[in-house]
This record gives sequence, structure tokens and C-alpha cells, in this order.
Amino acid sequence: MRVSVTVNGSQVAADVADRTLLVHFVRDVAGLTATNVGCDTSSCGACTVLLDGRSVKSCTVLAAQADGREVVTVEGLAGEQDQMHPVQEAFRAEHGLQCGFCTPGMVMAAVSLLAENPAPTEEEVRTALEGNLCRCTGYHNIVRAVLAAASDNSA
Amino acid sequence: MSILGTRVVRTEDPRLLTAGGTYVDDLRVPELADAARVTFVRSPIAHALITGIDVSAAREAEGVVAVLTAADIDDLPPPPDNGLTGTEGAPLPLGGPWSEPLLAVDRVRFVGEPVAMVITNQNYQGEDAAELVSVDYEPLPAVIGVDAALSGESLLFPPAGSNLAVTTGTPVDPAAFDGCDVVVEQTIVNQRLAPVPMEGRAAAARWADGKLTVWVSSQNAQIGRLILAGAFGLDPGAIRVVAPDVGGGFGAKIGVDRDALLVAWAAKHIGRGLRWAETRSENLLAMTHGRAQQQVVKIGGTREGRILAYRLEIVQDTGAYPRMGGFLPFLTSLMAVGPYDIGHVETAYRVIVTNTTPISAYRGAGRPEATAAVERAVDLFAAEIGMDPAQVRRINLIPPDKFPYSSPCGPVYDTGGYVKALDTVLAAAGYEELRAEQARRRERGDVLQLGIGVASYVEITAADANGGETARLVVHGDGSATVYTGSSAHGQGHHTAWAMLVQAELGIDMAMVEVVHGDTDLIPEGVGTYGSRSLQLGGVAVYKAAVEVKEQARQVAADLLEASADDLELDTERGIWQVRGDPAAGRTWAQVASHAGDDVLTAFVNYTDGQPTFPFGTHLALVEVDTETGKVRLLRHVTVDDAGTVVNPVLAEGQRHGGIAQGVAQALFEEMAYDADGNPVTGSLIDYAIITAAELPSFELLASETPATINPLGAKGIGEAGTIGATPAAQNAVVDAVSYLGIRHVDMPATPARVWAAISEARESR
Amino acid sequence: MIPGPFTYQRASSVDEALQLAADGGEDAKFLAGGHSLVPLMKLRLAAPDTVIDIGRLAELSYIRDEGSHIAVGALTCHDTVARSGLLESRVPLLANAAGQIGDPQVRHRGTIGGSLAHADPAADLPAVSLALGATMVARGPSGTRQIAAEDFFASLFESALQPGELLTEIRIPKPDGAGWSFQKFTKRAIDWAIVGVAVQGGSVALVNMGSTPIRATAVEQALAAGSDAADAASHAAEGTSAPEDFNGPRAYREHLARVLVRRALEEARSRAR
Repeated sequence: MRVSVTVNGSQVAADVADRTLLVHFVRDVAGLTATNVGCDTSSCGACTVLLDGRSVKSCTVLAAQADGREVVTVEGLAGEQDQMHPVQEAFRAEHGLQCGFCTPGMVMAAVSLLAENPAPTEEEVRTALEGNLCRCTGYHNIVRAVLAAASDNSA
Repeated sequence: MSILGTRVVRTEDPRLLTAGGTYVDDLRVPELADAARVTFVRSPIAHALITGIDVSAAREAEGVVAVLTAADIDDLPPPPDNGLTGTEGAPLPLGGPWSEPLLAVDRVRFVGEPVAMVITNQNYQGEDAAELVSVDYEPLPAVIGVDAALSGESLLFPPAGSNLAVTTGTPVDPAAFDGCDVVVEQTIVNQRLAPVPMEGRAAAARWADGKLTVWVSSQNAQIGRLILAGAFGLDPGAIRVVAPDVGGGFGAKIGVDRDALLVAWAAKHIGRGLRWAETRSENLLAMTHGRAQQQVVKIGGTREGRILAYRLEIVQDTGAYPRMGGFLPFLTSLMAVGPYDIGHVETAYRVIVTNTTPISAYRGAGRPEATAAVERAVDLFAAEIGMDPAQVRRINLIPPDKFPYSSPCGPVYDTGGYVKALDTVLAAAGYEELRAEQARRRERGDVLQLGIGVASYVEITAADANGGETARLVVHGDGSATVYTGSSAHGQGHHTAWAMLVQAELGIDMAMVEVVHGDTDLIPEGVGTYGSRSLQLGGVAVYKAAVEVKEQARQVAADLLEASADDLELDTERGIWQVRGDPAAGRTWAQVASHAGDDVLTAFVNYTDGQPTFPFGTHLALVEVDTETGKVRLLRHVTVDDAGTVVNPVLAEGQRHGGIAQGVAQALFEEMAYDADGNPVTGSLIDYAIITAAELPSFELLASETPATINPLGAKGIGEAGTIGATPAAQNAVVDAVSYLGIRHVDMPATPARVWAAISEARESR
Repeated sequence: MIPGPFTYQRASSVDEALQLAADGGEDAKFLAGGHSLVPLMKLRLAAPDTVIDIGRLAELSYIRDEGSHIAVGALTCHDTVARSGLLESRVPLLANAAGQIGDPQVRHRGTIGGSLAHADPAADLPAVSLALGATMVARGPSGTRQIAAEDFFASLFESALQPGELLTEIRIPKPDGAGWSFQKFTKRAIDWAIVGVAVQGGSVALVNMGSTPIRATAVEQALAAGSDAADAASHAAEGTSAPEDFNGPRAYREHLARVLVRRALEEARSRAR
């Protein structure tokens, strides 16, 4: 079937198998490979993108369900002249990533969290990220990054 | 002031954050433009004879290019025979009767063992076609657990005559524990874990113009190339291995995985580029697992707290194929005595095969098992004599005046301040007040009880120091530099750290230093990253290469400045060569390098000092146990992890954080479990309980730097220390929380059900 | 990892959804948020020939005060339920439970109707709907009918919905200010409940203590007879058939049920107005 999704502001349309997962549409059709597949049970969150502004696990959404909708991936966060989004900048400043594989999904989950809860407590951040697994960082600096981004936004 | 030791954020990150890393499955290189896809067919049964494989239906499926089985592997030389057939302890796969086929021939020995390869044009077609491969299995009794393996009723390798692949150890000295007022024995399970890097295994391969190129998610491109050369009977020069961005390894991506070997072989077979990225379910079943030791500890000493004797016996479950021989329990035995001054130490180990996934290295690789055992033993001894476990440690830790310390297990510990580390952690944690709060809660009979767990450890890093590490440094005509490193970071931040080393030594700004790794065409010699070796070997190699380049440049600068080389100095703050005392007339690196000629200023170093180093520390975990449900919550985790001189505290802390999380996860959550028929019970991330942010607090890391003496940076290795210290601290904390009920031991993971079982059993027996 | 092939159809109205389901027969499944169905399809444990996407039926996403009851549209996602001011003040048990389902990404997609229709006894909302005495409204080829929650969960993964029937609304009688509590016992925050308890007034329902969500009727009877929380809770495991699995033996779950029911009753009492 024909699926057309606005990805990072640009329309991407293609004929794809009905069973195509949104994550594969993003990676293989839109050619944006930052979003990763980390599991097959909707557990890890590495595939997290924004669908109509809210975080979703793109491995558990059919591309067809996103037809006509707006998707934002980590590649679409940076501003003009490639300046990083405050959440990206905070991850960099706080060493919130090591191997980087979980990072795109983690960043998008954080962006969604801060849109819904601009001033979270540490506990709220930790609970909000329970669907995003990281094996490298122990989450310590990820949490610092999200809190830093929150306080930057409110400054 | 030198940049070394200062907090520097990573240069790797802007790319990773804005464009994402390029992992194997992200590669969009021209060589793989028409690559086909591999989907493996794997055994769903733990132990069976294969009586038939029918691929005819699969071959007809849409998009199928080929379906390959062991019968098609007729074009590989026999595997290199290392002569190991059992009982030896070397770190190589055992051959002879224990040999492992690449694809199962007439027998499968673990759920997940590869049986066939389905090659399709597109990814989605692979699973469809794989379902059509029909394999006839005749089940055999599954061998699960130590008792079943040792009974020998069902053998994985009938020609071997046994499921016992390796036996070795110190003979039991019957008098060893004489003179001990108190002797405690305990059986301990150090449970099987799955490494679960967030990126699973992945590889791509293409044969073209007489050369094989393999892109692989690996920690060691150069070792990978040697493995491929041996497997295919090729000269290494005919092979290029590229490790692009790698999404975590933790020891399970050393070299080239056997399934990746098959991808390379199949690419040749079909004459086309080929790529593979496993699913998470496959990863949990067919990437190697870690730990899986059953231990018996025996510890004895005086009522005043002095430990006199310790015995550690290990049965290492190595899974279906002894890929690492006895290497892991060998390392466990090497570090068995830990940081303690114990007069008499005995170790012994056996290695059994079972119908489970093969075991290999996983963050710590044998040393977490050693520390977990002795730390439980010390706490058991403390409980038996009724002494505070921190005090028992204080009495028995190797004192500072005994270094270098010849351990009865073999190694010589270089430098250490063990008691200071313990006291630092206890003070920062507020140990006295924690014990007081624990006492108050016990007095009140609170439902939520506190547990305080302490673990002191020493660990061995760069255990394979003899392998060394390489660095090639080139200064270009424009004053920039490139470092070609043999190390292979997959999250450790070497690009930042090695650039810092160049800036510190040469004054070339980090922003002008590019670091390259992981491509054997560019870096033919190197070892890669595992065993916490890279800074003390690879980083020192970079430093020494910088020193060499500096001396080359000195001669060139002397010529340029028409001065004597002895009169020159390098201002490393500004990166300027000048005559001493005459800063006005200096020359930049660009001027000196272009005077020498582009890329003439070059040094290659293959560095080793031939010695491992011994980082150490103490961890304290504070847990809260709900005594009505058994649920454990980690409230605080306080550590000293002393790995010598710290080049970049940001990177060192990150390694400690990650290690702590994995270590706590072993103590409280993770377990790779099988039922009696060898079916995995925890075969997906729904059941295999990777720890999340919601289960952890922020950690309290304390600084401590006791330099190594054998390398100019004073560096030891930090990558695995967190895992080694955190597991026993958390386990000891759980036991401590319920010790007032008379409980002396709880096995890992301390799940709610397990803790509750201990509590209810203790209450019933009162 | 990849579902088997299927045909995707999108319904633009409830009538169209019903028609497509009638045409598709036994091998057609409705797709709402997809967070029960798609994971099963990816593991190839479910393989419908046709998937009817009802996710765009905005007319089925609402939370309304209808006077005698609160009406929640079946396609209201968990996140919306959790954040609803109306539910937080009138049916806090539902808002609270919905806010603990999965993780934020799951809650942005999963729907109350999808979760109930999936009829997983280990899920949270089925037991909550029992404790609330909810009524499910379903539309099918032969019209609309109402199914009481206690009749809705037939067996493991089987609801009372007939083939081609669509759950459209959940009606919740307004609790009369009696206390409530939701106790979800997990190993990790993200996990399915090992055991869960939903209390609304004198109604007590259990998560994951059988092949369907279960009312703890012995507890309810004891409460009605005047027992205190601890005594009533001692009956929590009666009439249950808790699973035995990796998370613990049956006896452990039965013990947890008693502990959690007691805690839930105590918390509910402290909230009662």
C-alpha cells in the first residue's frame, strides 16, 4: 500500500508492504538510520520517535498507522545552522551516552517527557525513562542530562 | 596546566546525537548496495539428533537466493587445531571430541544453535522463508545443571565419554583448616547472565577482486581478521575487517562471532554481498552468555576475626561447547583471595558442558565471580563470629606496607590502599548512622528493613598485557594530527582520551586531532578493547608515539629556527616551538610539519610493559527490603574504584556508572534460566530483567587515585571494576537486611520470590 | 521480529469497521493502539489475514460525565485516561491504574478498549473494570449490547465479544466517594504485575491470580460482614488459581494477594470520605 509520512518536516511517500513497521519505514524508506531496533518485544525503546508530538515505540506501530501523520526522529531535532536541541546539548554536556545505540530513542523519550512535564523531579525522570533501556551508562548521567535540559528550558 | 585529569566532554557525541552512530546495519556503502540478507534457522530444541533437513519448500519462497546447511560447507579448510582436547586450562576452544561445527551437522546441543541459513533479497522475506525450513529432530535427554552433567547419563559428546571437559586445581590439604576456631562452608550460585548489548550481533561481507571485506560489530577488528584468515585459509592481507560504530560489547563481541564467520562464508558461496543483524530473541539465545559458576566456599579463622584459610571450588558450566576451555574459572582462581592477606588458599575448578548457550566473557570475565565468592565468604565468616563485616575486612585487607603483594594465587598486586578505600566509603556513606537506623527499624519491627552491604575488591586488568597495543601518530602539514589506534572503543570514549593525550604532550589542540580505529586496512596491527586494557596499553602507546614525534619535530624545528635542538622547547599550552626564553620567535606545528614535509612526522609504537595492573576499591550498597513481600529496593550505592591516575574523570565515572548498574542487576534482577528440558525461560527482554532507570538511584562516586608504577601514565583499567564491586555489595546488603531473622545467605538474583522464600523459611523454623 | 503478511484496511467509521470485520470473518482483527496485537504478530503468535485499523475513529475517544455514570470511549488511550481531570476526581482508581501501564510510549498508543478486549488476566485494566463494576458497550452486526464486566472476561485472552463485534464504550458507575486503591506488585517498574489488587469501596478484584481477572468474593463478603482489613484480606487467595512461573510459585502469589489486599483495603479506608 501507499504510505505517506511527514518525517522531520519532509513528506516521505512509498509503496510498502502492509506489514511494514514504522521503524523500518523511517530507516529504509526515509533513509534515517539513527533510530535503532534493539529488541523484538517492545521492551527497549531504542526505536522511540515522536508521532504527532508524542513518544512512541516505532517498532510497535505499523507504517500504515502513521500514514498522513508527523514523525520526528533525533535527526530532526537540531535547529538551523546545526545547533543542537537543548536535550541533545544536555546529553553531550553530561556524558549521557557511551556507545550511542540507545541514545536516539532515549533523547526522543526525554523530549516527549519534557513536553508533557517541563520540570520533572529525578524520580519522575527515572520513571518516565523506564521504557528505554541502556546497557552502558547506568542511567546516572542520562538523568542528569534530562534534569539539566529541564532547568535550562525554564531558565 | 595539562588537560590530563580535567573534565572533558566527548568529541564523539555531536555526531552520535545528531546523525546517530553508523552501526553495521546502518551501513549504506556502495560495496553492499546489492547485498542479500541472512536469516538463520536455529534449533528450537536443546538436545537432539538431526535426522533430516528439508529445504525444498524454503528454496521456493519469495525472494530466496539460497538456503544453506552444513552439507554446503565443503570449501573451508579444517579448523586450526590448537591441540587442546580437554583438561587443559587454556583460553581457546577445545577441539577433538569437543569440536563445534559452524552449522549443526547431525546433532544440536542448545536452543538457538544455528542449523541453516536462509538468504533472501530483502529483510522481511527471511523470516517467512525460514519458517518453511523443515528439520526433523529426534530428541535426546537434555543435560541441564551440574548434577545432570556430572552424572553422565546423557552425554553431549559421546566420544569424549564425559560431560566434564576440564578438571584442575590445588589438591585439598586436609590440615588447611586446622587451627581455625570457626569454619563456614557455603554453596553459592553465580548465575548465568546474558550480556545484552543494545546492538545485537551484526555482520556484512563481500568478496571482490580477491579480497574479503567484513564489516562486523566487534571489539577487535585485527583479531577478527586473524580468525577469518584461519577459518578461510587466507593470508590476512587478503582480508579487510571494519568495526564501525559498535553498540556495546561487554566481552561478548570479541573477535568475530561464529555466526558472522558463516555470513562471510555464505557471501562467497552466493557470490554477492551479504548482511545480517540478529533479532533480540536470537541474541538472548545465541550470543554467548556469562558467569554460570556453581561455587563452594570454605572459610576459616579465629574468633577475633583473622581469616586463616580459604578454599574456592568451582564448577563452571560452559554451555554446549567449551569455547573458552577453562579460561574463565582460571581467572577466577587467579583472583580468588581478593584483597585479603590469607595464609592458606586453595582453588579448584571443573568445567562441564550442558545443553545451554555457550559461555564466554562478560564484563569482568571470571573476576566478578571471584570477588562475589570471597565477599560472601567474608560476610558468612563475620556472621559466624558475630563481628561487623566491615571490621572483619579491615582486619584482613592487605595493608599498604605489603605492596607489591605476592598473592598465593599467583599474581603480584602492584599498588593499593585497600583499608583507606574501605574507610573512605564507610565515612561517605555514614556507616555508623546507617547501622543505627537499621537497629531502630529492627527494634520497631518495621516492615521495611535496611540492609547495608560492603564489598572490597581487587581486580586484574590487562591480564593479556603481553599482547600490547599499537598507536601510529601522524602530524600533517597543516598542523593537525591523526592517531591510528589499535584499541577499539565501543562507548569508552577513546577518541576523546587519545586526543587529550596528544594535546597534553604536543600542544596540538584536541579539535585538530582525529582518532581512527577499527579498520585493518588502516591499522593492520592491534589488539582491540576488552579486559580493561586500552588506556594502560593503547593510551600509553599514543603517549609514547607523541613523545617520539616530539623528538622528530625538535630536529625539524631546530633547522627551521636555525638553533640548536638542545636550546628548543615546546610550549604545550600554545603548541609553539621556540628557543628557550624567546617566546616571540616561535614556530607553529603547521610550520614545523610542513617544513618536514606532509606526514613525515610519524611514529608507530607497539607498547607493552608485559604486566597486568590491579585496580581496587570498595562498594557499599544500601537496600530496603519489604519483609512482607521480599521486594528489594536499592536506595544508595557508594563506591571507591581506584584505577590509578585518571586521564578524564568524565569517562572514568561513566565506566563506573555502567559497571555498577550491571553489577547491581546481577545481584537483584537478571538470570538466564532454563527449564529441565533445556528450554530458555527468559528468552526475551520481557522476562530477562535488564535494569532500568526506575530501579536505580544516582550513584555516589568517590575519587581515589593510587597510580600504577609500570606505565608512564600511572593508569590501570576501570572498565570492569564497577561490575566486580557492585554485585557482592548488593547481594551482601540483601542478606544483611534479613540477617536478624537468622538468614545467612540468599542466592542471586535476589528476586522478591527468592527473598520471600528465605524470610518465610526463617520464620517457620523459629 | 516481523509479522507474517497480512492485508491492512482502515476504517473511517464504526459502521465501516463492522462491515470490514464481517467481510473478513474469523481471520480479521481490529487494530486500535496496536500494543497488544502488534507484539503478538511480530512474534507470529497471532497471524490474522486482515487487520482493520480503527485507530482513527476519533469519535470513540472521549471521557464524559453522563450523570449516572462516566463514559469512556474505547479508543481513549491510557495516557489520556491517566491525565483526565474528570477521572482523577471521579474515578481515580482508573486514572491511577492507567498511569501505571507499561511506559509512556506504550501509554501514548495503548487504548482502554484494546486492553480490555485483549482479556489478559495479567493486565491491569481488566481487574480495575471488575472492581468498578463497569459495563462494556459493544456494537456488532446485530446491533448494540451491554456486557457487565463480570461477564466480559470469558477465559484466558478471550473476551465475551463475538467475532465482528467492536467494543465502543466503557461505562463506569460513579463511585460514591468510597475509598479506592490500586496495588501493582512488580519486580521492575516496567514489568507486568506478578499480582495486582484493585479496590473500589467494597469491591476487590485481582490481577494475575487466574485465567481471567477475579473478584475476591470471600474478601468482599468478609468486609460486608464487618471484618477489618487484615481479617478480610486473609481470604484473598480463596477461589483463585494463580499461575506458577519464573516469578514465583503459586503459594507466593497467594501470599502476595493476602498482603496486597490488606494494604489496598487499608489505603482505601484512609481515602474514604
